[in-house]
Amino acid sequence: MDVNNSRHDKQQFREQLETCSKQLVANLQDNNFESASELIHELVESRDRHIFQSVGKLTRGLHDAIVNFQVDADLSVTPPDIAKSEMSDASERLNYVMDLTQQAADKTMDKVEAAAPIAMSLREEASLLTNDWHKLKKREIPKEEFNDLYNRMGIFLDHMDSGTHSLSGMLQEIILEQGYQDLTGQVLKKVIGLISEVEYELVNLMRIAGEVETVAGLSDQETKSSKQKKKNQYEGEGPQMNADQKSNVVANQDDVDDLLSSLGF
Amino acid sequence: MKILIVDDFSTMRRIIKNLLRDLGFTNTQEADDGNTALPMLKNGDFDFLVTDWNMPGMTGIELLKELRKDSRLATLPVLMVTAEAKRDQIVEAAQAGVNGYVVKPFTAQVLKEKIEKIFERVDG
Repeated sequence: MDVNNSRHDKQQFREQLETCSKQLVANLQDNNFESASELIHELVESRDRHIFQSVGKLTRGLHDAIVNFQVDADLSVTPPDIAKSEMSDASERLNYVMDLTQQAADKTMDKVEAAAPIAMSLREEASLLTNDWHKLKKREIPKEEFNDLYNRMGIFLDHMDSGTHSLSGMLQEIILEQGYQDLTGQVLKKVIGLISEVEYELVNLMRIAGEVETVAGLSDQETKSSKQKKKNQYEGEGPQMNADQKSNVVANQDDVDDLLSSLGF
Repeated sequence: MKILIVDDFSTMRRIIKNLLRDLGFTNTQEADDGNTALPMLKNGDFDFLVTDWNMPGMTGIELLKELRKDSRLATLPVLMVTAEAKRDQIVEAAQAGVNGYVVKPFTAQVLKEKIEKIFERVDG
């Protein structure tokens, strides 16, 4: 549509140029300089109109691109004060990913570091007892040492019970900690989506800039660039950044439970 | 007790599967979105559904609404385990007939409590 329009404009201008130049030559030959200068003025005006339209179109393209980026900025100050944009939102999201991966890595390593000595001491106790146990089977343990072994075995079983209990708890926590992969993945998907949108808008802008020379009417451009971003009503939001600072978002499971119980759950 | 776990992230499915196993539920199956879960639920004899909200294809809330329309699955206990934390969303899930709602990230204790609560209510 744009291309046809600009082609049409170009042709119109050429036709105008043709008729004007014939008249211009005729006027000049007749020494009619007043009419000749009027014709030249008309041509210049027509050329200017083309340039104005080009600039107008480029401006509109820029405007649409900025609107589609959803930047909320105060442009009256230098540098512009950006209140909110999808870009700053994306940076916030990426920072969230960094924080979450850091936390998960720290917690996982903390758990492993806490679990390792428990496993180690159980192993040491077990290997000492195994030695004595073999001696006992070969009847090499004197009677006075038997009592000691008997007590140590009891203590070891207690240690084993509590140790393995806390080990399996820690293993479960390590598994649970891997949930960051889901949460960060959801955030990254959103950022990837934004990057594709930005790319689309940039390509669009490049296309408009390329067409500036061959201008089209602005009204046709409007329907194309004012495409609304449609959102699936069931599409999720993904993890919330700074949930504790937003009133429309629950900050934790207790808030969820409160809300549900207020609904009669 | 046969349980279906629906989440598009395999890590989260494994986590939930592990936690359920620790709670004594070993008979679990997995699906990665509502579109794969729905036929499994319709054709299988599942007793319980744990689902995420935000998934490509069919989301968890759409799946829940589909279940409630199906006479055979209308009473299937559903626990939503999701990062979706807007109040409106929780209200929407409640109105759609969810039986429990857990926000990610969650602890093993919270998951256990919610599951126990659901079964108390279902049995009682």
